[in-house]
Amino acid sequence: MGLGSKSQLLSKIATNDKHGENSPYFDGWKAYDKDPFHPTKNPQGIIQMGLAENQLCFDLVEEWIRNNPKASICTPEGVNQFRDVAIFQDYHGLPEFRNAVARFMSKIRGGRVTFDPDRILMSGGATGANELIMFCLADPGDAFLVPTPYYPAFNRDLSWRTGIQIIPFHTDSSNNFKITREALEAAYNKAQQENINVKGLIITNPSNPLGCTVDTETLKSLVSFINEKSIHLVCDEIYSATVFSSPSFVSVSEVIQEMECNRDLIHIVYSLSKDMGFPGFRVGIVYSYNDGVVSCGRKMSSFGLVSSQTQHLLAAMLSDEKFMGKYLAESSRRLGKRFNIFTEGVEKVGITCLPSNAGLFCWMNLRSLLKEKTFEGEMQLWRVIINDVKLNVSPGSSFHCVEPGWFRVCFANMDEETVEIALKRIREFVGKETEKPVKVKRWQRNLRLSFSSRRFDETVMSPHGIMSPHSPIPHSPLVKAT
Amino acid sequence: MLSRKASCDSHGQDSSYFLGWQEYEKNPYHTVHNPTGIIQMGLAENQLSFDLIESWLRRNPDIVGLKRDGESAFRELALFQDYHGLPVFKNELVDFMAKIRGNRIIFASNKLVLTAGATPANETLMFCLAEPGEAFLLPTPYYPGFDRDLKWRTGVEIVPIHCSSSNGFRITSSALERAYQQAQKLNLNVKGVLVTNPSNPLGITMNRAELNHLIDFAIDKNIHIVSDEIYSGTVFDSPKFVSIMELAMERELYNADIWNRIHIVYSLSKDLGVPGFRVGMIYSNNETVVDTATKMSSFGLVSSQTQFLLASILSDKKFTEKYMKETQRRLKKRREMLVSGLRNAGIQCLISNAGLFCWVDMRHLLTSDTFEAEKELWKRIVCEVGLNISAGSSCHCSEPGWFRICFANMSQETLQVAMQRMKAFTDSSNSAVSQQQFVNNTRARSLTKWVFQLSSYESEPHR
Repeated sequence: MGLGSKSQLLSKIATNDKHGENSPYFDGWKAYDKDPFHPTKNPQGIIQMGLAENQLCFDLVEEWIRNNPKASICTPEGVNQFRDVAIFQDYHGLPEFRNAVARFMSKIRGGRVTFDPDRILMSGGATGANELIMFCLADPGDAFLVPTPYYPAFNRDLSWRTGIQIIPFHTDSSNNFKITREALEAAYNKAQQENINVKGLIITNPSNPLGCTVDTETLKSLVSFINEKSIHLVCDEIYSATVFSSPSFVSVSEVIQEMECNRDLIHIVYSLSKDMGFPGFRVGIVYSYNDGVVSCGRKMSSFGLVSSQTQHLLAAMLSDEKFMGKYLAESSRRLGKRFNIFTEGVEKVGITCLPSNAGLFCWMNLRSLLKEKTFEGEMQLWRVIINDVKLNVSPGSSFHCVEPGWFRVCFANMDEETVEIALKRIREFVGKETEKPVKVKRWQRNLRLSFSSRRFDETVMSPHGIMSPHSPIPHSPLVKAT
Repeated sequence: MLSRKASCDSHGQDSSYFLGWQEYEKNPYHTVHNPTGIIQMGLAENQLSFDLIESWLRRNPDIVGLKRDGESAFRELALFQDYHGLPVFKNELVDFMAKIRGNRIIFASNKLVLTAGATPANETLMFCLAEPGEAFLLPTPYYPGFDRDLKWRTGVEIVPIHCSSSNGFRITSSALERAYQQAQKLNLNVKGVLVTNPSNPLGITMNRAELNHLIDFAIDKNIHIVSDEIYSGTVFDSPKFVSIMELAMERELYNADIWNRIHIVYSLSKDLGVPGFRVGMIYSNNETVVDTATKMSSFGLVSSQTQFLLASILSDKKFTEKYMKETQRRLKKRREMLVSGLRNAGIQCLISNAGLFCWVDMRHLLTSDTFEAEKELWKRIVCEVGLNISAGSSCHCSEPGWFRICFANMSQETLQVAMQRMKAFTDSSNSAVSQQQFVNNTRARSLTKWVFQLSSYESEPHR
C-alpha cells in the first residue's frame, strides 16, 4: 500500500527539481531583476540580453489594430460578437482561426507547402505544445533525442510531468554546430544498448540558441534516420519567420514532400510568440501528420486552449493577407538590420558570432576571454559580464553546450539606443581586456553575486521576488498596479 | 507507435454523455429554421447575462485598443507572459472571490495561481498532490469531465463516494469511510477528496454538516481536500454558499496541518459566462503547492489580453455587484420555469439553490430499476422528445433514473418549448399510447446502431 509514499504530503513531481528553475541559468535573471536598465531612471543598470523576444514590429501591429476595430470584441464595432466569442470553448478552435494559422504557416514557407486546418491543434504556447506532443508520443521512461545546445526549458517542457528522458547528443564548433548523422546514430545506439526505449528526435529549426536554419541535406538525413528506426520527429519551428538572410527557411513539411517517409512520424510545433512577438497571448500550435495524434492531441488541448478572444483577434489579423505579407517582409528586414548592427559592432573589438541567419539572438564566441577553457571559466566570465559589464546574457552551459565559452546574446528585445549602449559596454570591457590582461583580483572584488553551480538555494525562489524565466518588462504600468 | 495515453480511451470521451451531443449536432433546434430539432440541455453554460457585459463594454471605450491611462497597452500585454499573472487581475479576482463569499474570508493574491480554465487547474492539482496510481475520492454523481481532467495524463485513480437519494445525495461520514475502505481493498493509496461545491450535477451547496464531516475525515486520514467552487457565484437561493475555507477558518484551523491541505479551484466560466476565455485558478495556503502550480501553469497560462479585459470589468465594483445580483435573479427565475414545467409533466427535481441545471428524478418513468432502462429512457428523450439531457450514469450516479437538465444556455422561449415537449411525452407515456404511434421508427433504429458503437466522436465534455 505504500506507507512510505503516504507520508509524502505532495507528489514527487511537486517536490523534485525537474522543473529546472533552480539552475544557475536564472541567476542572471535575478541579478537583472534587482538592477534593471532604464535609459533615464537607471542608465547603469543591467541590460537584458537573455530574453529572446521580438519587439521590433509592434508599431505595425498597433496600426493594424487601430484600423481593424472589429477584430476586438471590446470595441463598439466588435462588441456584438462578444457573446459568441465568450462562449466558444470548442477544442477544435474557431474555424477562422485555424484557417488563418494554416495559411500563415504556409506563407512563411513561401507557399511551398499547404497545411490542413483540421490538423491544427491549439496549446498553451509552445511550452504547452511541446509537453502535449510528448504525452501523445511517449510513455514515462521513454526517451527523446535532442541535439545540444538546446533551449534550457526543454527539460521542463518535455520531461517534467511526462516522465520522459531527454538524451542529448552533441554538436560543436568544429563544423559550426551542425547536426551530424554520426552523433545521432551513436546516441541512438548507446540508448539501445542501455535498453532505453527511444521514441523520437526533437529539433528546433531555426535553432535556439544557434540562430541557424537547418540545411536541407541535414533535414533529409534526419527524416531518413527516423524513418529507418521508425521513431518520431518533432520539429519546433517557432522561429520560422525570424529568418533574415539566406539560406531561406526549409521546413520538415517541405522535405517530406520530396521523400519517401512515413508521415505518421512527423510533427511540427509552432507558436506566435517569436514571429509575431505575442508571447503574452499564449498561442501554441501542434501540427501533426498522424491522425491518432491529432485525435488524442485535440482532447488534450483542453488543458491549454487559446483564449477565444485571442483566437478571434488573430484570426482577423493573420487572414489579412496583405498585412501579413508586409509584416513578414518588414520584420525580416528589421531583424536583419539589428543583427548586422550588433554583430558588426562586436566584431570591431574582435568578437565573432556563429554565422547565422535567423532567430532573435546570436551565438557569441567568447572562448578567447576565458581564463580557463572550462565551464568554471565560463561561469566566471559570465558573472563578470553580468556584474561588471552589466549585461544579462545566457551562458552556453545552460543550453548544455559541450564547449565552454559560447554565450547566447539577444538583441531584438530592445530599442536601437539600448543596443548602442550594450555595444559600448562590450567594447569597453574587451578594450580593458586587451589593454590589461591580468584582471583577476579586480573581478573578484567586484563580484556581488557569488554562487556555486551546485548549490540550489531554495529560499531565493519565493513566489514574490522571482520573476518567471519569462520575465516581464519591469516598468510596465500594468505591473506597477500592485 | 503512440503513447499509451494516446491509444487508450481513459479520456472518457466515448461515453454516452457525448453521444447525445452527436445527435444534437446532427439536428440542432432553431426557433425558425429547425423547430423540431433537438434542444441542447446538456450544456452547463450561463448565457443569461451577456447583455449586461456588452453594455458595460459599450460604456467603457478605453478597453478599445487595449488602452490604459490613455496609452496603448498592446505592446506590454503582448509581451506579458509572467506566470505570476497580471497583478491587477489577480487582485480583482481575490476581491471577487471574497465578495462571492460575502466577504467572510479574505483571499491573498499571492496564493492564487492562474490557469487556462478549471480543466488544467484540476489536473495540475493532481500532478502536485498525487503519484500515478494513487487515488482521490469523489462523491457521486460527479462531472463526467473529471475522468479526463483528474486521471488521464496524471495516472491518478478516482474512487467514488456513493451518495444516495435517500438523504438528498448528501455526503455522509459513513459514505466517506466506505469509499476509503474500498480504496484500501483495491490497494490504492488515497491522497485526498475532491468535491464540487456547489455540486455539479446536483445544483446544491454543501451544508455545514457535510463540510465538517469532510474536514474531520481529511484530518483523520491526513489527506488533502480539493474544493472545486466553480459554481460559487451561481447560488441564487438560500442557504447561502459556505466555502470549505470559511468553515476551516471558523474552526480556527489556520495553524493546523489541514490548513495546508485545503485547495480551492475556481473559474470565470460559469459565473461570468465566459468559458471561451479560459480563465481558471487554484487557491491554496500551501506555499509549495502554489509555487509548483505556478510553474506548471506555464503549460496553460491565461492570455494577457483576456486578463486585462477581465481585470477592467471586475475593477468596476458597482458593475460586478449589480451583475452578480442580476445573474442570480435570472438564474432563479429560469430554474423556477424548469422546475414548474417539469412538475407539470409529473416530474420532480432535487431542490436546488445553485448551478445552471437541475437534478431531475425520472425514476418513475423507467421500465425497470436498471441502468439499461435509464439508457433506453435517455435515448427516447434525446430522439423522440428532442431534448439532449445528461443521463445520471454518465455522472457515475449509483441510482438509475436521474438526469441533469440545464436551463441557462437557451432563451426563455426555447425552455418553454422544451417543457411543452416533456409534458407531451409524459402525457403520452401515461396514456399508454403505443410506441409505434409515437416514435419515429427509422430514427430509433439508426440510433440503436450508433449508440452501441464506441465512437471516438470528438466533442469535448462541457460541465
